[in-house]
Amino acid sequence: MKNTDSYSHLRGESLYIDDLNTQQGTLYGLVFDAPIAHAKILDLDIAKAEALAGVIKIFTHKDVPGQNQIGGIIPDEPLLAETDIHFWGQPIAFIVAESEAIAKKARALITIKMEALPVITTATEAFKKGQFVCAPRTFNLGNTTDAFKNCDYVIEDFTFSNGQEHLYLETQGAYAECQENGKIKVTSSTQGPTQVQKAIAKVLGVGMHQIEVDVIRLGGGFGGKEDQATAWAAMAALAANHLHKPVKFVLNRHDDLRMTGKRHPYESTFKIGLNKDLKIQAFEATYLQNSGAAADLSPAIAERTLFHATNAYNIKNVHTTVHSCKTNLPPNTAFRGFGGPQGMFVIESAIAKAAEKLNIPAYKIQEANLLQENDEFSYGQIATQVEAQNTWQTAIKDFDFEDDVKAIQKFNTKNTELKKGISVMPICFGISFTNTPMNHARALVHIYQDGSIGFSTGAVEMGQGVNTKLKQIVVQTLGLSSDKIIVETTNTTRVANTSPSAASATADLNGKALQLACDSLKERLLNVASEELQLDKKNLTIKNASVYNQQKSTYLTWESLVQMAFLKRVNLSEQAHYATPEIHFDKTKEKGHPFAYHVYGTAISTATVDCIRGTYDIDSVKIIHDFGKSMNLDIDMGQIEGALAQGIGWMTMEEIAYDKNGRLLSNALSTYKVPDVFAMPEIVEVKALESAGHEMAILKSKAVGEPPLMYGIGTYFAIQNAIKAFNKNHSLKFDAPMTPEKVLKNLYQN
Amino acid sequence: MIEFVLNNKLIKTDAHAGMTLLDFIRSEQQLKGTKIGCREGDCGACTVLIGSLNDKKKTHYKSITSCISPLGNAHGKHIVTVEGINLEGKLNTVQTALKNNNATQCGFCTPGFVMSLVGLTLQDNLISKADAIMAISGNICRCTGYKSIEKAAYKIYENIIEIPITNRLSWLVENAFLPDYFLTIPTQLKKIATNIPTHKNGTIVAGGTDLYVRQADNLAASEVHLINQNQKLAGITFYKDRCIIGAETTVNGLYYNTAMLTYFPEIRNYLKLVSSEPIRNMATVVGNFVNASPIGDLTIFFLALNASITLQNESHSLRTILLKDFYKGYKILDFKSDERIVSIAFNVPKVDSKFNFEKVSKRKHLDIASVNSAIQLSVSNNKVDFIYLSLGGVAPIPFYLTATCQFLTGKTLSVEILKEAAQILQQEIQPISDVRGDESYKRLLARQLFYAHFLKLFPRAFQILELVN
Repeated sequence: MKNTDSYSHLRGESLYIDDLNTQQGTLYGLVFDAPIAHAKILDLDIAKAEALAGVIKIFTHKDVPGQNQIGGIIPDEPLLAETDIHFWGQPIAFIVAESEAIAKKARALITIKMEALPVITTATEAFKKGQFVCAPRTFNLGNTTDAFKNCDYVIEDFTFSNGQEHLYLETQGAYAECQENGKIKVTSSTQGPTQVQKAIAKVLGVGMHQIEVDVIRLGGGFGGKEDQATAWAAMAALAANHLHKPVKFVLNRHDDLRMTGKRHPYESTFKIGLNKDLKIQAFEATYLQNSGAAADLSPAIAERTLFHATNAYNIKNVHTTVHSCKTNLPPNTAFRGFGGPQGMFVIESAIAKAAEKLNIPAYKIQEANLLQENDEFSYGQIATQVEAQNTWQTAIKDFDFEDDVKAIQKFNTKNTELKKGISVMPICFGISFTNTPMNHARALVHIYQDGSIGFSTGAVEMGQGVNTKLKQIVVQTLGLSSDKIIVETTNTTRVANTSPSAASATADLNGKALQLACDSLKERLLNVASEELQLDKKNLTIKNASVYNQQKSTYLTWESLVQMAFLKRVNLSEQAHYATPEIHFDKTKEKGHPFAYHVYGTAISTATVDCIRGTYDIDSVKIIHDFGKSMNLDIDMGQIEGALAQGIGWMTMEEIAYDKNGRLLSNALSTYKVPDVFAMPEIVEVKALESAGHEMAILKSKAVGEPPLMYGIGTYFAIQNAIKAFNKNHSLKFDAPMTPEKVLKNLYQN
Repeated sequence: MIEFVLNNKLIKTDAHAGMTLLDFIRSEQQLKGTKIGCREGDCGACTVLIGSLNDKKKTHYKSITSCISPLGNAHGKHIVTVEGINLEGKLNTVQTALKNNNATQCGFCTPGFVMSLVGLTLQDNLISKADAIMAISGNICRCTGYKSIEKAAYKIYENIIEIPITNRLSWLVENAFLPDYFLTIPTQLKKIATNIPTHKNGTIVAGGTDLYVRQADNLAASEVHLINQNQKLAGITFYKDRCIIGAETTVNGLYYNTAMLTYFPEIRNYLKLVSSEPIRNMATVVGNFVNASPIGDLTIFFLALNASITLQNESHSLRTILLKDFYKGYKILDFKSDERIVSIAFNVPKVDSKFNFEKVSKRKHLDIASVNSAIQLSVSNNKVDFIYLSLGGVAPIPFYLTATCQFLTGKTLSVEILKEAAQILQQEIQPISDVRGDESYKRLLARQLFYAHFLKLFPRAFQILELVN
């Protein structure tokens, strides 16, 4: 099944927040934000701006009827700044006017007096000053101190990986409308409708039942709308509630770039010990996460860094600590991979550094340490159905790795101006929210009396194709064709208390709930069929929109069966609940079984570096990926390719830059570059590993959203290997992204 | 009154000529298929097609980004949004190719890609498969990773490569690429008077690709003087050894000019590094000059041609100066308030002279250079007859390397001489650290690009390792 939204997407008929038909009298919002990264507010003067014709009202924290607080995990984030400013771009006032143009004029009329305070922009600086958003976390396995004593080689170094702007093509936004009796309906571009509902209720000081949040679809999310869609929706709701008028608020790109958090930059140190047989004996790492000015999702992201600190490797002695450092940057947030990529970059750097010291290719160390069945992760989970070796060996064989290595050596001997590099990147990524209580979902299915179906879940469609997969589940479970099935919007009044669409688990959780609902409906309908046909129910099935008895069709069509059931007063609606079984995690011990399963894969990347100019091309990325039994290879391949592009972007060209005062310099698309069509490798080959799939994955089709992003890490090392081929004196540095600037400097560094 | 055909509807509007075409389409006409992504021509979500009548009274279509295009420039044209290419109740051939290749995920960028690819099918000078990708060079997709879109683009290219040029439109209509109203557009456009009233005292806007990035709000609220309306000053002519480029010539005007290709066989490769297809369709060469960015690609290109510019004032008197003398300081020009550039001129390169252009940016395409450079030189009897060298991103102005050129003139090229010249070059430039690289990088890159010229132009004479060690 192709993306169920293809038709309307391609015709420009799909609706996003900015495309909604607005009610007459709709007002427009705009944020006045902090022009400084850290300060005390001495005076805020909105009088002149508020007096401008067409300005309806300017809201400050004083206008918040409930709590001026939107922090999700930790309540440390005001909706509108009160006495202090903690980051450049922090919302201070919310301007509501008759048009966006008027609101912009008003914004220029607001004046603020501030007392500047010292600004911290890096994690190390915050760490030294003891500034944190939450307590550190440590995972430990075995005893690294003892293990290092017996290692033939011990290598230490540090790494830096920069942040990453989500650059969802649709900026953040919301549309708030007043309903009767004080109820507010908000259409939001959010991955977490319940989070938005909860935050608005808190801000307005009302029950959640007073707030309805509806999500049609997102023009991209990537984690950037998991927690950070909330503020804008809350501001629109605050204004609508106060003014009794509909309020639309869509951020312009510059405001969005400046005000929202990004992937966390990490400054890390590592120590790796191995023996002559290349077996890694011990690994220690300390990760300084640049959390920004508030906790947001940082604690959970920090935790996932530790979960993926050893990637796809079996290491018996591990000691890893993460510090969530409070700086004066916008609160950094979820981004596809959720701290995992940052952790994996460190272990891959450690292996590359060790390989440099041993004067061998890194892939020899990688291969010698791949996870095997029943190995223990540092968090206590035992690895089962492990595909690390399998994907690795298949990639090496299917993609003629040895031949490529030889060809590259030959090329590098012959050429001076161009050098090539190759790398292998295995991945192992755990599926489930690591916060166990979040792993549940619900679905609501209505079979209408004419046989057509509408269903709702907590899943938010943001391009990942979840609606297509959900539709497939209904089609498959009920034996229908897809033309009379509609996926309804994600709405808090139909499916409540949802977890955000995140953690790659949306299709698993919501799909399983949907499957349960469809199973119950099928059961009830087959009862009706059995009674009507006077046949044993266990021989009956529904397929091709008809009732079949032992593989033979009967006269009962789907429509007639539904009609019959309706007349017999059978319930044609069903709500079902699914909670992932078996998973648990004890944070006091930092041990447990947090993941339903793991996703594996191996990528081989090659790159060519222009040693005159410092530019490069990623020539190819070839991937063996563990899809399980993919339920929709079209959708899943799209996830792999898209995630890979983001991984390559993060590792190579996407460079977030703040100045020392905490002002964003990469503040427009002209200065923040994401991959374009030319930046992609000429060859991207993805092959599915033959595997059994996993029972806890929907239809045994493993989660696919985040894991493939980390294949992109391999391209960093492919470029690095090409640099090393030109500059033998180059001592490997781990400073991502590998921009042409860094490449050129590394080529000519002595 | 601005008059144009929007899809299949004649528009007569008193709307402000300086408002963006995008806002007119979305807010005034309620056509929501054209999306707002960045408002600076960098994402392509707002891509539309603009069709004009050519000499033969046929429509000629180009893709543009409507976010940085003034409404007034639509006058007399056919503007096509995604709604204007939709067929009744089914996908068109371009849309079908995208669907079959799974080339849409979140869908927000999709209408932009659709329009760029419909633009491809309307292009009458397709050269190679690479044009299919060039058509989407201005479109950013954050979901797909492009490979699926690439496959669709190639599929579309295969479909259209054999079409007869003469009846292109009819063929496209018959083969479900376009709705049939496209055939009536030439007749509709002929009825529109060519001139629109313009405000001589307003801000001068040509393509608008730079001005609208920086001040779209101001332009939407104040008067604009649109100078690219009747294309009187577009065109490239040759007179003896002189090439004269009219001030309204766009970057793609250069790109598709066959004479330019003869003189500069690599020009298309150079220009592919200059912004993207829709921007090149709008942006003028002269606009790049007057913008005065120290890193302007075309300025750097023409500095190495020792180009001159001719300015005309209100009383129609002309003044010609060398382009390199036009720049007096950061964004300070030798320009009087009543003057406008009317043409650019340069001596066409002689057979024995050599030319090269280099550009390095964070992303290879549609990005602003960290450093760019151009060179023209002639060597006879082993000696440098003349040399023109320019370097961008290393000074407050697009920089002409006077001292380096002086040093090299009359010298015999050797590794030692080039190394010495590279030293002089370093003394001439004053790069600063910014988001495109720190000072040390720009100095290193300046040296490398200087060497790159010689490595490329004299591949047998020099080797990189000799020069850098």
